[in-house]
Amino acid sequence: MDIHEYQAKKILSDFGVKIPTGGIVYSPENAENKAREIGGSKWVVKAQVHSGARGKAGGIIVCNSPLEVADATDKLLGKKLVTNQTGPEGKIINRIYIEEATDIKHELYLGLVFDRSSESIMVVASTEGGMSVEEISKEKPETIIRSKIEVAVGIQQFQAREIAFGLGIEPKLISRAANTIIGCYKAFSELDATMVEVNPLVVSQQDEIFALDCKMSFDNNAMFRRDEISELRDKTQENSNEVYASDRGMNYVSLDGNIGNIINGAGLAMASMDMIKLAGGEPANFLDVGGGATPEKIVKAFKLISMDKKVKVILINIFAGINRCDWVAEGIVQALNKIEISLPLVIRLAGTNVEKGNEILKKSKINYIEASTLEDAANKAVKALSN
Amino acid sequence: MSIIIHKNTKILVQGFTGKIGTFHAEEMIKYGSNIVGGVTPGKGGMTHLNLPVFNTVKEAVDQTGASTSILFVPPAFAADSAMEAADAGIKTCVAITDGIPSHDMVKIKRYMRRYSKDKKMGLVGPNCAGIISPGKSMLGIMPGHIYKEGKIGIVSRSGTLGYEAAQQLKDLDIGVSTSVGIGGDPINGSSFRDIIEKFETDDETIAVLMIGEIGGPQEVAAGQFAKENMNKPVIAYIAGLTAPKGRVMGHAGAIVSAYGESAVEKVELLKECGVTISKNPSVMGETVKQVLIDKNLN
Repeated sequence: MDIHEYQAKKILSDFGVKIPTGGIVYSPENAENKAREIGGSKWVVKAQVHSGARGKAGGIIVCNSPLEVADATDKLLGKKLVTNQTGPEGKIINRIYIEEATDIKHELYLGLVFDRSSESIMVVASTEGGMSVEEISKEKPETIIRSKIEVAVGIQQFQAREIAFGLGIEPKLISRAANTIIGCYKAFSELDATMVEVNPLVVSQQDEIFALDCKMSFDNNAMFRRDEISELRDKTQENSNEVYASDRGMNYVSLDGNIGNIINGAGLAMASMDMIKLAGGEPANFLDVGGGATPEKIVKAFKLISMDKKVKVILINIFAGINRCDWVAEGIVQALNKIEISLPLVIRLAGTNVEKGNEILKKSKINYIEASTLEDAANKAVKALSN
Repeated sequence: MSIIIHKNTKILVQGFTGKIGTFHAEEMIKYGSNIVGGVTPGKGGMTHLNLPVFNTVKEAVDQTGASTSILFVPPAFAADSAMEAADAGIKTCVAITDGIPSHDMVKIKRYMRRYSKDKKMGLVGPNCAGIISPGKSMLGIMPGHIYKEGKIGIVSRSGTLGYEAAQQLKDLDIGVSTSVGIGGDPINGSSFRDIIEKFETDDETIAVLMIGEIGGPQEVAAGQFAKENMNKPVIAYIAGLTAPKGRVMGHAGAIVSAYGESAVEKVELLKECGVTISKNPSVMGETVKQVLIDKNLN
């Protein structure tokens, strides 16, 4: 789960990381007042959407008067911001963060992730703040500092100091920088984060160390014990079909193609998408209804797929184990009695009681194309597109 | 021999009396697995499915001599149960539970570092289908009957894709020595490398089918291990050619975030390691068959 910049910064500040003074606003009038309240002579108006690269997309505007702040807010609110990370449809701007401008001396990069090889928490830092970590690793790999943290004891002062010295921080600022790094680590480890990225982390002309921008992601599997984080979810930043699916316990990712998929198991779902592509088609979605594939889940899956107007053909691929094909087939028939689907339907069942399952489908009144293997199913789905 | 589990392996069920634990314990017993009891804290002394229930894993191990456990405990308590099993001297624990937080997995792995190599529990999973040695024992939630007894080792992150492979092999009259589901989470108990290493030393296994997917460095690490240390052929399929970058594809671990983690890159890197690639998921069985013919391994 992702959260907004201003929410991430609030969390960091709770862990002792300095952030510039700022506040969230929902209207131009609000924005003007907020700018006066913050004071100073220069402000930054920042569109709050779940994406990086907002600056290049025009989502961050520097202003020199409270009136300019109001104008910039007016310009951004309610618009969709299209960045190189949002896809062409962009993301809606519903909240604006107004912040005092910072006089920057140095821009640095600081990120924390799980390292899947060493199964520890990895701090990644670089002197090249402001660039994405992908760009840094491509263009300035020699500037990257990596430090593995032993999770049982957590980050130590010396480790944070080493990183800070590695970033070329002046000696008098080292302990402040180290505390900033430790604060980020604590936020990561104490809140079930999967990513904390401060980019840039800046040293100001006044020798303060600020988190100027921050992205955080959290482990969906840990939300049962993180009510305070779950509350920060902003569904307007997610694809509406994906929200519908996740609220109903299905794993769904919206894609650009036109063949809708209903599949049990994440691996089989990815494999079916691959087969569609190899057959010359494009999947409209990834959808894993879970290993169980109960009739209720099949009904929900049909509803979900039929909400996607791109879909021209539906492919169902179920490998029934314990849950038997005859039972899955009953579920499909029940579902199709409840919702009307006029699109061509390709069904491939495999596994336990496959003959019985196919017989149930044949005897029912549903109009469908039977497929035997993964390849057969993909070929028939692609063929159905042109019929 | 098969790997990890055999005909007489004594198995405990952790989370035995719950609905899911009960259902799968019955399936495993039907298959012929030697389930000797279960653990549900607070229900010790009860009898469930005609088997004893214990309060602690330690007690259960003392009384039954169990060496192996399967875990159906809900996500919030699963890490605790896995560590309890490790501490009680369980040799292999299969965690079926889906939804264990990554921070908990890191904690379990860190906890297990206190044991010397010969005393350390092998954790398989979580979020996996478990292990089956066809005709001998089933320590998982798979449909046992789709597996034919034979000589191919299967190791897969995905459950259903592992079933798909077993079915394709069976349709070609090829059997399986052991099939291991290592699970779809970003941090798991056993890696591909851990499992293929066991297959290499197993007398009954003649070739290994590895079913990977996007995300993480595991498949390539296994490929490098195979290149340097294995005589048996390895065949692989990597799911997720069409997966977009940066999105989680169902499995929490199925996300492309670095070089070498996409399906295309993994396929290239595996080929360099001498691994035979199944070009699509429909021909996993045929690809294995062709390798067996080419290497005269029938």
